[in-house]
Amino acid sequence: MAFLWQVVKKREGIAHESPAVRVTDVSVRYGGKRSVPLGRTGGGLALDNISFTVETGEKLAVVGPNGAGKSTLFKLLSGVLGPSEGDIEVFGGAIQEHTCVAYVPQRSQIDWSFPVTVADVVMMGRVNHIGLFRWPRRKDWQIVDACLARVGATNLANKQIGNLSGGQQQRVFIARALAQETELLLLDEPLAGLDIPSQEAIFEILDGLQGDGVTMVVATHDLNMAAERFDQMLLLNKRIVAWGKPKEVLTPDYLMQAYGGHLHMTHDEQQQPTLLVPDSCCGDEAEGITDIRTGLVR
Amino acid sequence: MVEWLLEPFQYGFMLRALWATLLVGVVCSVLGTYVVLRGMAFFGDALAHTILPGVVVAFLLGLPLTLGALVMGVVTAIGIGALSQHDVLKEDTAIGIIFAGLFALGVAMLSATGNYTVDLTHFLFGNLLGVSMTDLGVMSVLGVGVLMTIGLFYKEFLVISFDLTLATTMQLPVRFLQYLLLVLLAVTVVVALQVVGIALMVAMLVTPAAAASLLTKRLSTMMVLSAGIGVLAGIIGLYSSYYLDIASGPAVVLAATGLFGLALVGSRALPQIE
Repeated sequence: MAFLWQVVKKREGIAHESPAVRVTDVSVRYGGKRSVPLGRTGGGLALDNISFTVETGEKLAVVGPNGAGKSTLFKLLSGVLGPSEGDIEVFGGAIQEHTCVAYVPQRSQIDWSFPVTVADVVMMGRVNHIGLFRWPRRKDWQIVDACLARVGATNLANKQIGNLSGGQQQRVFIARALAQETELLLLDEPLAGLDIPSQEAIFEILDGLQGDGVTMVVATHDLNMAAERFDQMLLLNKRIVAWGKPKEVLTPDYLMQAYGGHLHMTHDEQQQPTLLVPDSCCGDEAEGITDIRTGLVR
Repeated sequence: MVEWLLEPFQYGFMLRALWATLLVGVVCSVLGTYVVLRGMAFFGDALAHTILPGVVVAFLLGLPLTLGALVMGVVTAIGIGALSQHDVLKEDTAIGIIFAGLFALGVAMLSATGNYTVDLTHFLFGNLLGVSMTDLGVMSVLGVGVLMTIGLFYKEFLVISFDLTLATTMQLPVRFLQYLLLVLLAVTVVVALQVVGIALMVAMLVTPAAAASLLTKRLSTMMVLSAGIGVLAGIIGLYSSYYLDIASGPAVVLAATGLFGLALVGSRALPQIE
């Protein structure tokens, strides 16, 4: 069982001199290799000259309005998309040199009717460890079991993935990242649409992984949660508006720059200024406005 | 009853037809699960039509039809695959242009020869009763090759079909695997050419796998069920063809369609198969 622990529990071997992620002067242009999305003119920038680093073991929240380039950034970090300009390093090397980057997609991007069980999905994370022309061995199934146990999903192993709740779906994909033996975990809106207990369960798992030295980059639109739960924040709106500790990033000035007219400011009973930021780019100002200090939706 | 069952197979050509049908039932149906899950039905239909010029050239030169079909199939599979990587046109538009153009070329070449209608009918709807021992040998080698390749790359094909980003982050050879799947599809089309023909090919690629998808939610089970449905459709089709005196290719396809109908009704009443 010792090797299982090595995979799933403590991995003190994660000690790199270089930062986990180093993004240098990166820009991404629409209409490069891939087609220009409808309604956008060619040559526009999805990301404009961004540079930042994520230290090993850090937990970074990426926030910004819809269309700010969060998804583009995640495509870059997972190696699906190459930058038009600039350079990205993962643990001091090219992304293509690593198999330790795991991407947990937005739940809406997965075909939940696909004929696979939860255990099958987690096993997919083992594919390149198993190697070409080989079938999973007993050791691999034991690792799958251990990964499912780690996220508290042992009882789901034989369920078809279409029969899971939102929180369960998210935990299964984190288990897949564990099976992949991830050192850099990218999570795209992992909490969207989850109730509070499910969100808490996800955070417990993530905190545990952070304790093991796993680096995490998480896209979210929940500023309040990001401020409470993350070491570092990156406020993005095509360019980097602010990057640093949450309290340095969440200033009225920076938020105004990132969210523009979709930002609302009032005063509470003690005459302290309170920022109100809509959950997503708002059409109707009366709906979905979150008080960033209390987290209450008004 | 036994006599009724055995009677068709006293003829050598019927026995060869049976083996060919069983082979195609398995190979098409197993590969068909990827066609259904990856939404490649139109691609498969187009690929079947684009091999016609290759078949006609081989036919006119007196070469084995399978050879012409194989070369043409693999070339167009890779060609269409490469074209869909670019963004000049939407993928289905590009496929439509190539598919119709090459098919028309094949028909045009054939129309310049004497026995135009009969030959075209054989290519379009299959010539199951004309399968020779050599044909059967070539079909078996190709068919077993397809099945073995699927066995070797099962988990990789599963990953690229379910989650391309995962395949990328694990540094799998995504492009190679995608092309390999297209080539397997081309070879499968060649194997099934004489059994169901070009025009009905897509039915064998899609119908058994779609029926299986209604009955199970696990890929490996779906492949086995799909193969079973394909084989059953082949046997039912062959008997109907013999006793009802209808063309064999359409008979096999109609049997598959009927089994799909049963699966549709059955899936409402029965629990899913693990």
